[in-house]
Amino acid sequence: MADPGTAPGIGSFTPHNGGPDVGKASYARVPGRDVVDTVLGFARTLRHAGVGASPDRVSAMLSALGHLDVLDPAAVYWAGRLTLCAGPDDLDRYDVAFLAWFSGQRARIPRTAAQPEVRLAASAPLDAGTGEGDDDGDAPDLAAQASADEVLRHRDVAGLTDAERAHLRQLFALLVPASPMRPARRRRPAVHGAIHPGRTVRRALRDGGEVSRLLHRRARPRPRRVVLLIDVSGSMTPYADALLRFAHAAVRARPVSTEVFTIGTRLTRVTRELRLRDPDRALAAGGQAIPDWSGGTRLGEVLKAFLDRWGQRGTARGAVVVVCSDGWERGGTDLLAAQMARLRRLAHAVVWVNPHKGRSGYEPLTGGMQAALPSVDHFVAGHSMAAFEELSGVISRA
Amino acid sequence: MSEPTVPGSPGELAAALDATGYLPDEGLATAAYLALVMHRPLFLEGEAGVGKTALAQALAQLTGRPIYRLQCYEGLEASQALYDWDFGRQLLHLRAAEAAHAADDPARLEASLYDRRFLLARPLLQALEDSPSVLLIDEVDRADDEFEAFLLEVLSDFTISIPELGTVRARTPPLVVLTSNRTREVHDALKRRCLYHWLAHPDFDREVAILRRRLPEVTEQLAHQVARATATLRTLDLLKPPGVAESMDWATALHTLGARELDPDLAARTLGAVLKYREDTERVRSLRPEALFGG
Ligand SMILES: Nc1ncnc2c1ncn2[C@@H]1O[C@H](COP(=O)(O)OP(=O)(O)OP(=O)(O)O)[C@@H](O)[C@H]1O
Ligand SMILES: [Mg+2]
Repeated sequence: MADPGTAPGIGSFTPHNGGPDVGKASYARVPGRDVVDTVLGFARTLRHAGVGASPDRVSAMLSALGHLDVLDPAAVYWAGRLTLCAGPDDLDRYDVAFLAWFSGQRARIPRTAAQPEVRLAASAPLDAGTGEGDDDGDAPDLAAQASADEVLRHRDVAGLTDAERAHLRQLFALLVPASPMRPARRRRPAVHGAIHPGRTVRRALRDGGEVSRLLHRRARPRPRRVVLLIDVSGSMTPYADALLRFAHAAVRARPVSTEVFTIGTRLTRVTRELRLRDPDRALAAGGQAIPDWSGGTRLGEVLKAFLDRWGQRGTARGAVVVVCSDGWERGGTDLLAAQMARLRRLAHAVVWVNPHKGRSGYEPLTGGMQAALPSVDHFVAGHSMAAFEELSGVISRA
Repeated sequence: MSEPTVPGSPGELAAALDATGYLPDEGLATAAYLALVMHRPLFLEGEAGVGKTALAQALAQLTGRPIYRLQCYEGLEASQALYDWDFGRQLLHLRAAEAAHAADDPARLEASLYDRRFLLARPLLQALEDSPSVLLIDEVDRADDEFEAFLLEVLSDFTISIPELGTVRARTPPLVVLTSNRTREVHDALKRRCLYHWLAHPDFDREVAILRRRLPEVTEQLAHQVARATATLRTLDLLKPPGVAESMDWATALHTLGARELDPDLAARTLGAVLKYREDTERVRSLRPEALFGG
């Protein structure tokens, strides 16, 4: 068993430029430890740090090392970084893990995945017949059930019992958010539009070389990207579960053109986790990925992080961006106002969902809401199933 | 064709790139070197204008290989990437055959219609046919993900099968460079087949070196000031942070105006060369260029 505390080091290592300073580590030449063992141990450390480092990637690192000087720490650094990392989010973790393993220090690795059993709903699992609500086991009267559903659809999810919540989840499974469309260049066969040469030639061949008619193709409308930013800070706890279920339904309906991030004290991309088919598993996976459940809110900063790392590059460009938050912001709101304005410039439409808006007499008085509203195209409620249905309508028409 | 000597280490490759006028850092040189010797595609991700496309061109130049570029866009389909049948010429051929009464044997006619000479090779097929080559798949993040799945197939065995003609296989796998601006995340299955490199904006020294190399007429003083001012602009959350392309445009504009150094007034007047959106220009003007590019 390899132990990070005694990992071999080699030469001396100068950190890559541009990235965070991983410090200068000094290396003692420790012969005898097999390169393969070293790499396998490093891969384990890296996985702990939250970087995938799958076996095929590890074998790519080994073969990269076969072409480089294994005694040169910079070469080892790059052989690993080029083969084991899959995106900019991996790079910081990689640097920390690299330093930890190869310098023999046990550096503290940020453990995003170390937040188990998140309180993704203080509620029962989705087994059929959970709890009191379903009472005596007989098939419920359909009409009564339907009207109960109707009532449930309009109830504020914050005030539901576990059983009602469980039932609501089944309704969520039926929700298929439609997506906004826009014209695109992709073509499909049609009666009008550009000529489809392949089809025309095949037809002419059948007709003995005579071009009897030109076959056409036409642009097929494409879904617009939808980006959901869901506030999972303390004040949103009663709604986070429902919002993530909404997000799950949206991702399932349009896996390619939907992106979901949670915002709170930090930004976490949960799209990948929400792609799992089963909503409970998807939410559990999403919950694992979210490190800041129920923390305080730093909307402005987190929105900036989103725009810097994703939005600006294109995730927000031309998209319908939906911010789900009560707008509670600790501290000043200037940053939030500026970032919302920036978001507005990039996005096709900005939708803000505030669960409190569903309450009668609600006025958007929180500083955060005041700061955000000038940059919002649609301001909607998000406190009940009915409100979510309405929200999908707003998104698809945006 | 025998290749010019292939560099034997990342350092040698860096020197060879340098000789073409492309100045890589250690990470990029290692990435390109490994792509060359491991026959593994290089996936380059980074902001606009950091030199992703230019790297592929420099690699083609130094290896003496032809370069084929597939520019991706939304709706890109296999026929535009692989091959298409030359519809016009096929029809002419049909007509000619008909006139010569050769149309009597439909099977033969059809076979003659799907002959190699009627095939229009697109970049992927060209790169495999003209081996060894450099294949640049530019801005793959703009293509749809169905196209990604298709690319994955081609890149895994470097063969293309054409039902009417047979299978085309590259004698030597092409050196493949894929670029992405990260407008969306490219599927992990595709990235796993590649070496992944995140290309950041160059640091100050490298940017000065690039400016000096690419624009020898620009004074050292001006190159320094442009590099520093560009670095400042990159910290401002602009809609489009300037890349190397923009700092070069800026230095060129300033040089054309006869400037030997950059002052706040000149900076304000030439901002259009380095910023590509009106909103960005307005924002920077509102921040008072004197404060940003101080005297
Ligand atoms: N390291 C470098 N050495 C020399 N020239 C460079 C370097 N990096 C960038 N350049 C120059 O900067 C310009 C922009 O580079 P290029 O077009 O390759 O960027 P890109 O990353 O492909 O951008 P985009 O995402 O907009 O396509 C080119 O003229 C290129 O020659
Ligand atoms: Mg480019």
